[in-house]
Amino acid sequence: MSAIATWGGVAAIVISATAGDVLQASAMRQIGDLGLIRQAHGMGEVTRRIVTNSRFMIGMIFMTLGFFSLLTTLSWADVSVVGPASASLTFVANAIAARIFLHEDVCRRRWTAALFVAAGVALLAS
Amino acid sequence: MPFQNRGTARPNENEPEVGFRKYLVLVAIAVFAASGDVCLARGMRDFGAVSLANAGGLLTALLNPWIIIGILLLICFFGSYLTALSWADLTYVLPATAISYVMMALLAQRLLNEHVTTRHWLGIGLVTLGVGFVAAGPSRTTRRRHDRDLSMGASEGKQ
Repeated sequence: MSAIATWGGVAAIVISATAGDVLQASAMRQIGDLGLIRQAHGMGEVTRRIVTNSRFMIGMIFMTLGFFSLLTTLSWADVSVVGPASASLTFVANAIAARIFLHEDVCRRRWTAALFVAAGVALLAS
Repeated sequence: MPFQNRGTARPNENEPEVGFRKYLVLVAIAVFAASGDVCLARGMRDFGAVSLANAGGLLTALLNPWIIIGILLLICFFGSYLTALSWADLTYVLPATAISYVMMALLAQRLLNEHVTTRHWLGIGLVTLGVGFVAAGPSRTTRRRHDRDLSMGASEGKQ
C-alpha cells in the first residue's frame, strides 16, 4: 500500500482519537475521581455514571471510528510505524485541543515535549 | 465551546502529586496499550490487507483470536485510561504513558519479526525523551479562568 494511503490512515486515526480523547477527558472531569466514587458507592455506580454521560458516549463514537481506522491502517503498514506515529501526532493534537477546550495549562515543559515528539515522528516517517 | 467542569469535588486538585497506586495505573495503561496493539497487528497479518472497497470485511477480522485478545487487552487499557483521566490532565496521561512506544517496538521486533531500524529507534527515543519531560511535572494543571469555572461548576452542578 502506498505511503499516501498509510499516512491518510494515520490522519484519520489522529483526528478521531483527538476528538474522542478530549470528549472523554471532559466526561471524566464531570464525573470526578473514579477511585473515590468506587470506594463510596461501588463499581456499579462508577459504571452507571460513565455510561450515562453524553460526552463519554459521543467520545466513544469517535474512538470507534479511530479503532477501525487503526485496524485498516495496520493492515497496510508495520505496527512499529503506525502505532508510534499515530499516538505521537495524537499527543500534539491533544495538547492543542486540551488547551482550547479543556483549559489545561499546556506550559513550556509540555510544548518542549511536543517538539521532541514531533522530531521523533519525523524520524519514524522517513 | 470549552468543556467546563461541573462535576463532583476533586480532593487532589491542589495536590497533584502522583502516588504509588496511581503510578501503577499509568504503568498498566502502557502495558495494555502496547500488548493490545501488537495483538491487533498479529491478527491483521492473518487477515491480510483491507481495501476501502471491502471495508465491511473488517467485521470478519473480529473473529480472529489475536484480534479478540487484542480487543480484551485494549478494554483493560481503556479502563485504566479512564481511571487516570479522572484525576489527571489529558496532556499528562498521554505522555506519561509513552513508554508503551518502546514496549510496542520491542514486542513487534521479537514477536512479529518486524524490522525496527536504527532511525526508528532514534525516533522512538526522541518521543520517549520528549514525553518524559511531562511525567516529572504536575498531573493536574488548570488555568486561573478554569479554576474559576471549577468553583462555579462545583456549586451549581453537583450530581
